[in-house]
Amino acid sequence: MSLLKEELERNLNKPEVDKASLRKVAWVRKDLLGLQELSREELELILSTAESFKEVISREIKKVPTLRGKTVVNLFYEPSTRTRTSFEVAAKRLSADVINISTDSSSVRKGETLIDTGKNIEALKVDIIVVRHNYSGAAAMLARNVHASVINAGDGWHEHPTQALLDIFTLKEKLGRIEGLNVSIVGDIAHSRVARSNIWGLTKLGAHVTVCAPPLLIPVSIEEMGVKVTSDVEAALKEADAVNVLRMQFERDTENAFPRQLEYFKNFGITVDRLKHAKKNILVMHPGPINRGIEISSEVADGPNSVILEQVTNGIAVRMAVLFLVAQAHDQLRSKARTRGAKKI
Amino acid sequence: MLMKEKSRIMDKDGLVRTLTRMAHEILEKNKGTEGLVIVGVRTRGAVLAERLAVLMEEIDQYKPPVGVLDITLYRDDLSSIAQQPVVHKTEIDFDIQDKKVILVDDVLYTGRTIRAALDEIVDFGRPLFIQLAVLLDRGHRELPIRADYVGKNIPTSLKETVEVRLKETDGVDEVVVMENME
Repeated sequence: MSLLKEELERNLNKPEVDKASLRKVAWVRKDLLGLQELSREELELILSTAESFKEVISREIKKVPTLRGKTVVNLFYEPSTRTRTSFEVAAKRLSADVINISTDSSSVRKGETLIDTGKNIEALKVDIIVVRHNYSGAAAMLARNVHASVINAGDGWHEHPTQALLDIFTLKEKLGRIEGLNVSIVGDIAHSRVARSNIWGLTKLGAHVTVCAPPLLIPVSIEEMGVKVTSDVEAALKEADAVNVLRMQFERDTENAFPRQLEYFKNFGITVDRLKHAKKNILVMHPGPINRGIEISSEVADGPNSVILEQVTNGIAVRMAVLFLVAQAHDQLRSKARTRGAKKI
Repeated sequence: MLMKEKSRIMDKDGLVRTLTRMAHEILEKNKGTEGLVIVGVRTRGAVLAERLAVLMEEIDQYKPPVGVLDITLYRDDLSSIAQQPVVHKTEIDFDIQDKKVILVDDVLYTGRTIRAALDEIVDFGRPLFIQLAVLLDRGHRELPIRADYVGKNIPTSLKETVEVRLKETDGVDEVVVMENME
């Protein structure tokens, strides 16, 4: 008899306390492509799972055997240090093997398509592909074409779910809740997948989100996502429990929509002076890499309100949770398929 | 699954007497509480660990530290289980290096839970030794694992399940054997 049966036996006829440990919400997704399609319960499951992994990474031996024998490929079509390293560390903490493929040094240079690359990676018996791509929807397209689990590590301007999850995890850890919080996102909203994923996640969990940017960097009809919109940074900070400062992605400015760097700092930069008008304990977050003196001053980035480096630590816990959940769901889907196949015979 | 209660193994008083005896046995074998730490396997093992520690304090005027182990991440059946277990936190707030660890669980069955628990404990350090205390041993081992302290041995068939219900988690103290009617 399996451990499951032992566990189920223990969980028969139990009152409330233990029903919580076998909640109805199970993770059934092979992939994590974005926060838009997730339910509130699924978001909460990821966050609570990440809490357990936070405990694991604070141990002396920061490693558990959970994904032993699994292989994770980091497939990055855009430069990334933080996210790729974070996924690599997360996978290694779960005892998975990790392969990094960056497109500078791969056959992509020779013209191979994303799907072909994905299928070739899968032919190497890889279990999970973590993909970053400059086209919105690239991760979803890959997920439709491979059996391996796909985790979106940022696709174009669309979503960057694990970044938003780690932002939300940090908020919850610091403030004890998400429901009812006022969260302002300041920066280049138009080009930001981080902003979009944060908006989906935060609003589903009951936070009030305000986005703040120069008018040209606010996408049309963003209000429909359930957020308040302003171009007055002091107004955005006034009631905020937390401010998520986004990097100005000057490399994406193809339409000359961006203000000059100094001009941006003057009008939107998060400085000690501006924070004087905000709540005393406002949390200052930033997905990194930070541009000091452009969207945030050094005093704030290194100051007492900043949780920027804690976000990096939490990123590992959150990514471990996501890797664990998709791997578990993937194995279960496969074993169900196997059982069905066996019955036919 | 239709389950019917087959027999009642222990009531409240029986449970207290059994745990008291086990606390005495643990102290006798280890010559007191010095260097002793208690680690319970979530969920009911953790409750029993706490109760054993309290009983030891009554006997020896010192309460050993109690930790909680969540073995989900160390299981060997990630893919074969139908219902996903939710990962909870392991809480061991003390150093286990060179300590005498008493590992506590409610029912010893296949031994796989204990195998996972042992793997997890040694990731926290190198204890002097680990001893196993279980309230019930129902047999059917699949691994070479045995308990150092057993509350009660109960022979069971594979059709039966053993339920330990505790006040802290279930509102009542009792142990019953259930039988699958299908």
